[in-house]
Amino acid sequence: MTLLLESLFNGAAIGSVLLIAALGLAIVFGLMGVINLAHGELMMLGAYTTYVVQSFFKLPLLEPLFGGYIFVAVVVAFLVSGLVGLLLERSVIRRLYGRPLETLLATWGVSLILQQFVRTVPLAWSTGLWLAAMVALAGPLVGNRLWGLRQRPWLLRLGSWVVAAAVGVAAAGWIRGAMPKLARASARNVDVTAPRWLRGGLDLGDWTLPIPRLVIIGLTILAVVAVYWFLNRSLWGLRIRAVTQNRTMSDCLGIPTQTVDALTFGVGSGLAGVAGVAVSLLGSVGPNVGGDYIVGCFMVVVLGGVGNLWGAVVASAGIGVLTDVIGAGRLLEVWPQMPARLQQGVEFFATTSMARVLVFALIVLVLQVRPAGLFPQRGRMAEV
Amino acid sequence: MTEPLLQIQHLTTCYGESRILRDVDLQMQGGQMVCLIGRNGVGKTTLLKTVMGLIRPRRGRIRLAGRDLLALPPHRRARAGIGYVPQGREIIPRLTVRDNLRLGLEARPGGLARHDRPDPQVFDLFPVLATMLERRGGDLSGGQQQQLAMARALQGRPRLLLLDEPTEGIQPNVVADIEKAVRRIMDRTGVSVLLVEQHLHFVRQAHTYYAMQKGGIVASGPTADLSQAVINRFLSV
Repeated sequence: MTLLLESLFNGAAIGSVLLIAALGLAIVFGLMGVINLAHGELMMLGAYTTYVVQSFFKLPLLEPLFGGYIFVAVVVAFLVSGLVGLLLERSVIRRLYGRPLETLLATWGVSLILQQFVRTVPLAWSTGLWLAAMVALAGPLVGNRLWGLRQRPWLLRLGSWVVAAAVGVAAAGWIRGAMPKLARASARNVDVTAPRWLRGGLDLGDWTLPIPRLVIIGLTILAVVAVYWFLNRSLWGLRIRAVTQNRTMSDCLGIPTQTVDALTFGVGSGLAGVAGVAVSLLGSVGPNVGGDYIVGCFMVVVLGGVGNLWGAVVASAGIGVLTDVIGAGRLLEVWPQMPARLQQGVEFFATTSMARVLVFALIVLVLQVRPAGLFPQRGRMAEV
Repeated sequence: MTEPLLQIQHLTTCYGESRILRDVDLQMQGGQMVCLIGRNGVGKTTLLKTVMGLIRPRRGRIRLAGRDLLALPPHRRARAGIGYVPQGREIIPRLTVRDNLRLGLEARPGGLARHDRPDPQVFDLFPVLATMLERRGGDLSGGQQQQLAMARALQGRPRLLLLDEPTEGIQPNVVADIEKAVRRIMDRTGVSVLLVEQHLHFVRQAHTYYAMQKGGIVASGPTADLSQAVINRFLSV
């Protein structure tokens, strides 16, 4: 019984990391059909955002609230990666719709650029740059309420750029002074300090649940519920579903399809940022952290069936449990008297990396039998 | 004379190097039903798509109540007052009938954010839709989808309705229903209809006909004057 529970929990822990990482990709690749190889780097940006937010909360002023920085980090990481995704869609992706090979190459290039960006640009300046971009985007919205500015659109535009640049430079300068750790660029990994309540484990008699894992499971459930609500209950969700199923007709009905594209990509990228927060709790954060997750993300989406949110949930849970069962050699515990040959085999695969190999091999086999994934779209509307 | 609702001048559309529409002129007044006739492949559907903005013309002008439409993408044209019921209906398959109808509201001023419920008037016109609001659009029969597509286009309260072969592939006993529905829509809402149609009985409901051949308008006039000779030439019966 404990064995089953333990296996389920470990599986859920592994699966939830996979799922939260793959959730954004399930939207970007699953719904829009964009092969975004920079998805892992958007996660990496989210992880670095956690680091920056955590540094802010180490300042004397915010120190008492340090325990709560993780919630702020989730929101800020969503906004950081979402904004980068939005710019990426406007500048690169939208010129490549319907051309998967070019998209693949272009987004791979973007992923390299983003990796090099965090290596060469100090985090203080990146933060300033992000703040400037946010101000530049929000400026016109605020300025439009002031009558004097509304009458002079050029002044409004110029004004918001000037204010944005000033805010960015000022913020970056201040951060350099206040947080020397962020002042210099470095290719080395950084470590996020978890608040005290996030360390340690929850004691359940003979067995402890690590709290970071529990938090990630909770965050994943929250993200899945939020995405479900957004896609199925909100107005923009309705527009997104319409555009992904029939772009031309949606356009004819009055739906601004380009806005919908940008928003969909932005939300998917933002979710990658949230996943980055989760990843930062598991290990150190470096420029290459995205690469560790990108393959798993695509696996989950393809195995679950492209365009199917529940497929991604089931697939990640399945991969998680299977990885644990194989990686921890659970079969031996259930069946101690198994023949020696078999035992050797089980022990051979009972390491993290070999478990991964075997799971991927199994996924390949499953896809041989069910090429459209576990839960393909059915019915007369399937042929798209 | 009042300004025409739809005015098309010298419209020329090409797919690559082949010209599909040649110098098309067409005019219709508000409240009218105008029917385009002609054999398959003469450019009737292309003309409707060009009016909707799905195809960019090489040359010419399209005005809706005096407003130039050429620079506008399809969704802006829908908001300007054009409702489109394409060939093949193009129902969004995995959305419910209710959501399909709600999407039609996007073309009204303020869009979906201001209007969230389908206008109940359409259930007087198409009572069958009221009984299947929660079913998926893709599961409806062809006739039901046709009614849904028209009801959806009407949600935006258009001034001009583009109907592309609304009776194509529909069982004969439903054809008469659709014909009646179009008449009732016009009486009730005052919308103008630009129709592509093959059924002679339906064609005769229109005020004016335009006959097309090889991408150009070759004959036009009141449908009352439609002679047997014209019908034999332009309708594939």
